[in-house]
Amino acid sequence: MTTTNTAGAGPDDVLEQAAAWREAGRDVALATVVSTWGSAPRRPGAQLAVTAAGDMAGSVSGGCIEGAVIAEAREVMEEGEPKLLEFGVTNDQAWEVGLACGGRIEVFVERFD
Amino acid sequence: MERAIREQLLADRAAGRPVVVATALDDGEQRLLHHDEGTAAFAEGAAATLRFDRAETREIDGRRWLFNPYNPPLRLYIIGAVHIAQSLAPLAAHTEFNVTVIDPRRTFATAERFPGVALDTAWPDEALATYTLDGRSAVVTLTHDPKLDDPALAAALNSEAFYIGALGSRRTHAGRRERLAEQGFGEDQIDRIHAPVGFSIGARGPAEIAISILAEAISVLRTGQ
Repeated sequence: MTTTNTAGAGPDDVLEQAAAWREAGRDVALATVVSTWGSAPRRPGAQLAVTAAGDMAGSVSGGCIEGAVIAEAREVMEEGEPKLLEFGVTNDQAWEVGLACGGRIEVFVERFD
Repeated sequence: MERAIREQLLADRAAGRPVVVATALDDGEQRLLHHDEGTAAFAEGAAATLRFDRAETREIDGRRWLFNPYNPPLRLYIIGAVHIAQSLAPLAAHTEFNVTVIDPRRTFATAERFPGVALDTAWPDEALATYTLDGRSAVVTLTHDPKLDDPALAAALNSEAFYIGALGSRRTHAGRRERLAEQGFGEDQIDRIHAPVGFSIGARGPAEIAISILAEAISVLRTGQ
C-alpha cells in the first residue's frame, strides 16, 4: 500500500496565479523584492502579482508598501516600461505604518505578458 | 516578463528543474538560467543563488542584475518508521521538506504512529524508485537492519541526493561500507554517507537525535559540509 504525498504547491504560487490571470485576458504586473536593508519583512525574491482591477497574490512587504506598489504597477501595465522602486522608512515612520523597525526595500515592477 | 520566458519558467518548475530568472534592473532584460548555462558570471550567479535559495543582485559588465532562484521542493525520505522517525518527520515537514517515511514493516508504518505523514510500505529501493530523488533530496536510513537500509543506501548513492545519512555506530558503519563495496561502490561514493548520522551534539532521546540529523542535512544543503 502506498500513500501518496499530498503536500500542496510550493511558495511560488504567485507566478501560477499571475499566469492564470493573464490567460484569462487580464492585465498583470509582477513586483519582486530586489534588495533590503535593515529589518524588512520580506526577503529578496519575494513576489507580488497584481491585476489592473487590484487583485493581489503574494506580497513584497508586511502590507506597508503594497498600496504604493499597486499604484506604480498600474502605470507599468499601461506603459510597458519596468520600474525599479525604492521605499525607505525611518524608525519613527515605521512605527506609524506598522513595520517593526526601520528598513529600506527596493522593488522591481514589470509587466507580466 | 515575456510570455515565452514565463511559459518556460512554469514548465521548468512543473518538471522539477532548478532555474534562475536573471533580470537586468535598468531595462528589464530577462534570461532564464539553468545550472550550467551562460557565461561564467551568469553561471556562477545561478549556481550560488540556487544553492542558498536566496535571491541577490550581481553587477555584470556594469549592469545590475537580480538573480531569483526557483528551486524544486526539498524532499526527505526516511527509511524506517521508528521512534526517531516520529520526531524527524514532523520536524523536517516544518522545515519545508516534503517528507515520506518508508518501511515495509506494517506494524511500524501506521497512520496512528505517523499522523499526517506520507507512508510507503513498499521495499525501500522499490519505493525510492517511484519518487523524485534529485539534488534537492535527502535520504536517511534509521532501521539498523541491513536488509532494509542497504538497498535504500544503494539507491541513494546512485542518485544525486544532496544528503545521505545512516543511523548506526562506527562499527555498524564499517560493516555497511564493506557490504556496499562488495556491491561495487567505490570509497568516494560510500564517503557520501554521513554515518553515524547527525551532528554530534550529545543528543539524548529520539527528538534530540532527530534535530541533530536535520541540522546536519541543512548544513550540507547550505554550506556543502
